[in-house]
Amino acid sequence: MARYATTPSQTVGPYLHIGLPWPDGPFAVAEGTPEGVWIRGVLYDGAGAPVPDGLIETWQADPEGRFDHPDDPRGAVARPGFRAFGRCPTDANGEYGIFTLKPGPVPGPGGTLQAPHIDVSVFARGMLHRTVTRVYFPEEAAANAADPVLSSVPEPERATLVARPAEDGYRFDIRLQGEDETVFFDV
Amino acid sequence: MSTDPTTRPAPPAYARDAEVHPPLDYPGYRSTALRHPKRGLRLLPHLLTEVTGPLLGEDRISENDSDLTRQHDGEPQGQRIIVHGQVRDGDGRPVPHTLVEIWQANAGGRYRHTGDNWPCPLDPNFSGVGRTLTDDQGRYRFTTIRPGAYPWRNHDNAWRPAHIHFSLFGRAFTQRLVTQMYFPGDPLFFQDPMWNSIPDEKARERLVARFDYANTAPEWALAYEWDIVLRGREATVFEDEVDED
Repeated sequence: MARYATTPSQTVGPYLHIGLPWPDGPFAVAEGTPEGVWIRGVLYDGAGAPVPDGLIETWQADPEGRFDHPDDPRGAVARPGFRAFGRCPTDANGEYGIFTLKPGPVPGPGGTLQAPHIDVSVFARGMLHRTVTRVYFPEEAAANAADPVLSSVPEPERATLVARPAEDGYRFDIRLQGEDETVFFDV
Repeated sequence: MSTDPTTRPAPPAYARDAEVHPPLDYPGYRSTALRHPKRGLRLLPHLLTEVTGPLLGEDRISENDSDLTRQHDGEPQGQRIIVHGQVRDGDGRPVPHTLVEIWQANAGGRYRHTGDNWPCPLDPNFSGVGRTLTDDQGRYRFTTIRPGAYPWRNHDNAWRPAHIHFSLFGRAFTQRLVTQMYFPGDPLFFQDPMWNSIPDEKARERLVARFDYANTAPEWALAYEWDIVLRGREATVFEDEVDED
């Protein structure tokens, strides 16, 4: 059981751009990878205005549903050219883009299978703590319906977690507040 | 244990610590008004995607990334300081080989950022950005300049206390943390909404570094020690119940 109190979160503030972006940050898989897809979107505030001082981070399984990590009981699987982690600041129009591989399904609790998904952290000026959401894929209707996390979200809000198809991948807009507010998770 | 990978349990979940952190809706920090979800957060179980995370290595670090006073031809203005400490989890385990990223204002309180235009000069010899990996024992160490306080427009005569931004990964998605380190005895805490947004006063104090005379480099730099605690594991039925506190 955790015995030491954790260090509290603070905002990334307005000047996150000097410290956090990496030149290769948006490339969760190496640039030019043929199977790569772009996940692009806009981060919006509660007034529907784009958020130009935010940062999006993604973490996900590989196309076989595996992680390069020792805490995966199935064992760590490395995939050359695939970092599985993406990081992109939002630009002046609130837009971000992550180039990655579509993940495979991942085991869930009690023998269930989670639909392909990507975990997303949202940081911004005006946010004292990150918020967490998940991207699901529109062509995975059956898997999405059986996903233990997605199916726990009430139907009308579920759509905020499903990306839309786009020419070079997917579109996933994130709305921090408002009528179509994205579903966020307590992780 | 079953050999079917789909039925194996995920490793132990991480302890939830929401009460430690500032609320997303905090009127004292005006910019939170339109940037906090109103529906409330839904509980996400800690499954495989959450208990794993990016284990970034040496390829993220280049020379002089941990010494912010040596990144330019000349030395920056200001008080040279060493900032060091240990990254542990809530169970007291060191977090080794984890990426620590920092960014900060210069000695006068100005960031090298196009959006920071307050009338304080930039320092041509200071970028204010550092990176390092913790060692085997979870220890990190930076050499930098003590940042200055700076004004902002949140409320009348608002000033941010001097601080260094820290970003940490730990070993799991659940442990990701971005925070700020402060300096002891700062007279500006009382009016700072970032500071005051943390509900528990004891938790605020955990963001304050300790002046560390013993690790001061004689005739070179003052030292501050700041330990960081990331989330630990939840108790499991298998855990040894010995009470060590």
